[in-house]
Amino acid sequence: MSASVAAGSAGALTVRNISKRFGGLVAVSEVSFTVAAGEIHALIGPNGAGKTTTFNMIAGAQPPDTGDVLLDGVSLAGLRPDQICRAGVGRTFQIVRPFNELTLVENVAVGALAWTDDVAEARDHARGVLELLGLGDKKDARPSSITLPDRKCLEVARALATKPKLLLLDEVMAGLRPTETDRMVAIFKKLNADTGLTILLIEHVMRAVMALSHRVLVLNYGRLIADGKPEEVTRDPEVLACYLGAEAFD
Amino acid sequence: MIARIIESASPRALALLAVVTLALLVAPWLVDSYVLSVLIIVLYFAYVGQAWNLMLGFAGQLSLGHALFVSLGAYTSAALFIKFGVPPIIGVFAAIAMAVVAGCLIGYLGFRFSIRGVYFALLTIAFAEFTGIIVDHISWLGASSGLFLPVKNQQSNDLLNLRGSPTMFYYVILALTGLAFALCSWLLNSKLGLYWQAIREDQEAAEASGVPLFRYKMIAVAISSGLTGIGGVWYAFYYNNLFPETMFKTSQSVEIILGSVVGGVGTLFGPILGAFVLTPLGEVLTAATDGMHLDGVKSFFWGFCVAAIVLFRPQGLWPWIYNVLGLAPKKEGKR
Amino acid sequence: MSGGLYLNVAVSGLLTGLIYGLSALGLSVIFGVIRIVNFAHGEMMVLGMFATLVLFRALGIDPLLSLPLVAAALFAFGYLLQDLVVRRVAHLADHMQFLLMASIAVMLISVCLMLFGPDAQNAQVSYGFDSFAIGPLLVDKVRVYAGAAALVVSGLLFAFFHYTPTGKAIRACGDNYTGALVVGLNVRRLYALTFGIGTACLGAAGAIMLLLVDVHPYLGPSYTLLAFIIVIIGGMGSLPGALLGGILIGVSEALAGVILQPSLKSAFSFGLLILVLLVRPQGLLGKVAR
Repeated sequence: MSASVAAGSAGALTVRNISKRFGGLVAVSEVSFTVAAGEIHALIGPNGAGKTTTFNMIAGAQPPDTGDVLLDGVSLAGLRPDQICRAGVGRTFQIVRPFNELTLVENVAVGALAWTDDVAEARDHARGVLELLGLGDKKDARPSSITLPDRKCLEVARALATKPKLLLLDEVMAGLRPTETDRMVAIFKKLNADTGLTILLIEHVMRAVMALSHRVLVLNYGRLIADGKPEEVTRDPEVLACYLGAEAFD
Repeated sequence: MIARIIESASPRALALLAVVTLALLVAPWLVDSYVLSVLIIVLYFAYVGQAWNLMLGFAGQLSLGHALFVSLGAYTSAALFIKFGVPPIIGVFAAIAMAVVAGCLIGYLGFRFSIRGVYFALLTIAFAEFTGIIVDHISWLGASSGLFLPVKNQQSNDLLNLRGSPTMFYYVILALTGLAFALCSWLLNSKLGLYWQAIREDQEAAEASGVPLFRYKMIAVAISSGLTGIGGVWYAFYYNNLFPETMFKTSQSVEIILGSVVGGVGTLFGPILGAFVLTPLGEVLTAATDGMHLDGVKSFFWGFCVAAIVLFRPQGLWPWIYNVLGLAPKKEGKR
Repeated sequence: MSGGLYLNVAVSGLLTGLIYGLSALGLSVIFGVIRIVNFAHGEMMVLGMFATLVLFRALGIDPLLSLPLVAAALFAFGYLLQDLVVRRVAHLADHMQFLLMASIAVMLISVCLMLFGPDAQNAQVSYGFDSFAIGPLLVDKVRVYAGAAALVVSGLLFAFFHYTPTGKAIRACGDNYTGALVVGLNVRRLYALTFGIGTACLGAAGAIMLLLVDVHPYLGPSYTLLAFIIVIIGGMGSLPGALLGGILIGVSEALAGVILQPSLKSAFSFGLLILVLLVRPQGLLGKVAR
């Protein structure tokens, strides 16, 4: 497809001192990091570390109790999720949430309608994105009739269709076989190289993390305990300690 | 738009549609006045059912108080006609305005305060009943004695004033139903329709994909209530008398949604099919139990049929008939 | 208007409110545990009223004495209804559940119509015109007995839910369905029991209500709505809330009937409902909805 998926080369994310507590539970505590435009960062950590909550705060699904989130220097505070989406943040959900009664192309077209009012144009763009992710031949199927890996691809396609500057991927590799993982990794790498799309991904599949990321962020019990190059982070004793016992290393 | 429907439907479906449309167009010449009156009621419920369907089927909000919009439309246009001589062709705009304002108020309160599901349904019931009691006390509108439109002779058909023969009313409601159908069909394939369906399927995912929830939900409520209000105008001028005690009642709201649910919520043809099944069924039951002097038999059977459909065909009759009659096109498309 | 009148009206409203509360308990129990909204609520209560009427007319049994019988009969009805019918729509959307209960309501009204005709009927008890005089208060004996009966039944219900193993099991189901399954509770049977208890409340409330009002087949819908108002104000799924809400509505309705016009009573209640739905949908004491 000729049209670029990401809009321009911006997409720098700055997260400043965000926190979130639910009643007595502190889910995220004073987390700060930056993702430079055009880079791919991975956000890893044990289950319950606060990774999805961090995503929710960036995407506007949950407002942070403290701190701020900035996209290309512009604060996203107080914006609704749909406004943040149209500002250039696309996201997927950990458990896929397709529009079940709509066909694949319609699902993705909904995303494209974030930047156009023309349904025909949205459908065209949707077809292109589906092709890119290898779902072109299934465009008229319904989500219930395709496999889970394909539904994850659909989720990504829908987010990509919104022409994001920053893409938030929540565990899109979970449940994929190694060949499928490699395929996804290749797609993201190409997108990032061709269009400068900034990506922040939550992942447990280290194979993907190591292959994709320029930098890795590690959360544990809501705190950021490491932020560096993949090779450094995976040798950091504190990181190893929090992962002890987990079969995260392929 | 018509072209898109035609090209995406199967030949069988088109043939069926053509036959039904033709039959409806010539019906007044072929049937007696009784059957005509039944058809008129069928079309009325098909129309308001379709209008209601928009809110639930397309925007995911269950309204059990739609009688409110019918009544507001009816009373507004009737009062304007009786007290100020305003013909319904003009009065309809005031009726739409009243219904839309009420709908938006309820919608706004519901969405603003995040009231969903059964609570929202109860909110709509409360508003309808509340308004009914208030109107019952407004003597300018006839209070509980009712509001009566003067019935002139039915020799001439005055379209602008909606005074005329049953045949005229038939064609008016037929046109309204057709327009409602066309409107919904067009909306379904528009950005509005896609956004609505996204909201219906998964609100949060829709929001994350850039859909402004509040705005689009409000649009659905506004269109739904406005269309229903127009139905109220027709209702007032066809029946010529309005009683708050019956018009605002929840049972009226339930009658409105019956056809849609039986036919299939969220589908284009569901409300129409549902109305075509239920109303004649009711008439047949009345005729069958006529000599029996058993007051409750008809309504019992009615309740039984609805329960049966809910239990055994929860998707509604339309999807089932669609499959049974083999109406699906070769490529998977929209029902 | 003297304070004495207001006091009398308020007390009268309070006593009536206790019965409203009892009927609302039925609705609340069913919703709190099974998460189904019983839109046939009022019709089931009317069924109880008619059953009580039959026993009164045929056998001369005082409504308060036939209360256990009627409650038991409606328990059986509710148990079977849940287990055979309602259970099947638990996974369907709200509007489908609503429509099922509404059609059951219609069938109940029809049955009452067929058996009893459309006219209003009542049970005139021997003490129907007596009253207690306590200071400035002049209260109908029937109303006092009715209120007392409602209080007793409610008390029994509380005791059941808080002190018996079955009662606690039911509350567990309501709190955590999956957890209950995991722990090995027979959820299906408990749900049927719960529904039965809910309808038994309605039977009891109906028996008591017959002392105060005339019964006719179309009485149901207004009671359904009233019960909703009470349960929402008091809090869906909260038993004390239902009683509290009942008393609140009983008193305010009675006072509104005196201060405003009697025919505006219901309007006041609906207005209150709208307010509560907006401000605090979980009611005064309730759980948050699903």
